[in-house]
Amino acid sequence: MPGKPEFWRWPESRWRNPEIDWTKGGVITCGIDVGSISTECVIMIDGELYSYGSVRTGSGSSDSAVKAFHKAALHTGLTPENIDFTVGTGYGRVNVPFGNRAITEIACHARGANWMYGPRVRTVLDMGGQDCKVIKIDEKGKVIAFLMNDKCAAGTGRGMEVFADLLLIPVQEVGETSLKVEEDPPPVNSTCVVFAKSEATKLLRAGWTKEKVLAAYCSSMAQRVVSLIERIGVEEDFAVTGGIAKNRGVVKRVTKKLGIEACDTKWHDEKYASKGFPFDTQIAGAAGAALFAKTLAEKEGRTNEGKLRI
Amino acid sequence: MKANYGYKDGSGDFFITVDTDLCSGCGACASACPAGLLVVGEDENDPLNDNPVCAVRNERRRGIRYACAACKPLRNRLALPCETACKRDAITHEW
Repeated sequence: MPGKPEFWRWPESRWRNPEIDWTKGGVITCGIDVGSISTECVIMIDGELYSYGSVRTGSGSSDSAVKAFHKAALHTGLTPENIDFTVGTGYGRVNVPFGNRAITEIACHARGANWMYGPRVRTVLDMGGQDCKVIKIDEKGKVIAFLMNDKCAAGTGRGMEVFADLLLIPVQEVGETSLKVEEDPPPVNSTCVVFAKSEATKLLRAGWTKEKVLAAYCSSMAQRVVSLIERIGVEEDFAVTGGIAKNRGVVKRVTKKLGIEACDTKWHDEKYASKGFPFDTQIAGAAGAALFAKTLAEKEGRTNEGKLRI
Repeated sequence: MKANYGYKDGSGDFFITVDTDLCSGCGACASACPAGLLVVGEDENDPLNDNPVCAVRNERRRGIRYACAACKPLRNRLALPCETACKRDAITHEW
């Protein structure tokens, strides 16, 4: 429907490192994370971030993978033929058309979080569109333990989109809005988004403000996630990846319940931090995939082979 | 790695834990499981590990409460076939 704002629609994005020229050589690797809601593509040259693109996943995983690649490669002249090794990850990982290998998002998020937040991270919480994962990692980003919940939408990004739509608040503003309450109200149902939504409608009828309803939902989501984290045990440093990491309303409540601080969302790598490269928590999975692609390309001796340079 | 397969939903928490550092990939648990829930293959969460390990079949992870129900009667519960078959105690049920 034209003209009708859709509040769940988060903005797509892309970024390119102006300092690297891919035609100058180096191993070009690509990681594509086809999630249930968003698809990210990260392109790396010799393990350095070159560009990324983040788009909404459509009805076809392979189309979304291609769309994300083109978003990342826009105006660079890169084509899938130029890539030495591509790793697909996420829910639609086997459908990446030019993928050389599929790796689970658990391994990729672990590696990506280690790369973005630094080697001191021990617990990673990835809150995605339709699932939630808790991963314990070592200083190299290798998985030590993991737990994943993908059976139910409670505690996921999609749940947040449903609430953004219900309360007519853009999804990227939900976190801040939910913090505009003096005291957290009791949380709504934390086992099911459908029930949580009907409970929220009831609360709105009873005269609750939007802020208060969102606060109740964010804390129910936090409660849900904390119960998962506690099953596996939390160890500092604690980092959050995925779309919900951008929602301060949830992250703040999770850390408050756990009694620990979450890592600041900034680059561990001074080089990236000082140049002001954007820190997008959503690209962690794709970045991990691109790093694995580099390791695998070197392991399989595929570097500088079959490359079509202009 | 402690791999937890399963889920948490409105009816409770259901997880099977495989300790891949203990697992030798022998497949005894997979043959012992009457529901055919377990499979031995490459470690999908550690792409750089070449040794085969046991995992819960991907397509059945969301139904383990029902798949395992036959081995978990309310009364006179015997030891679980998968846990007994594993000589290294690499597999455990959490419910």
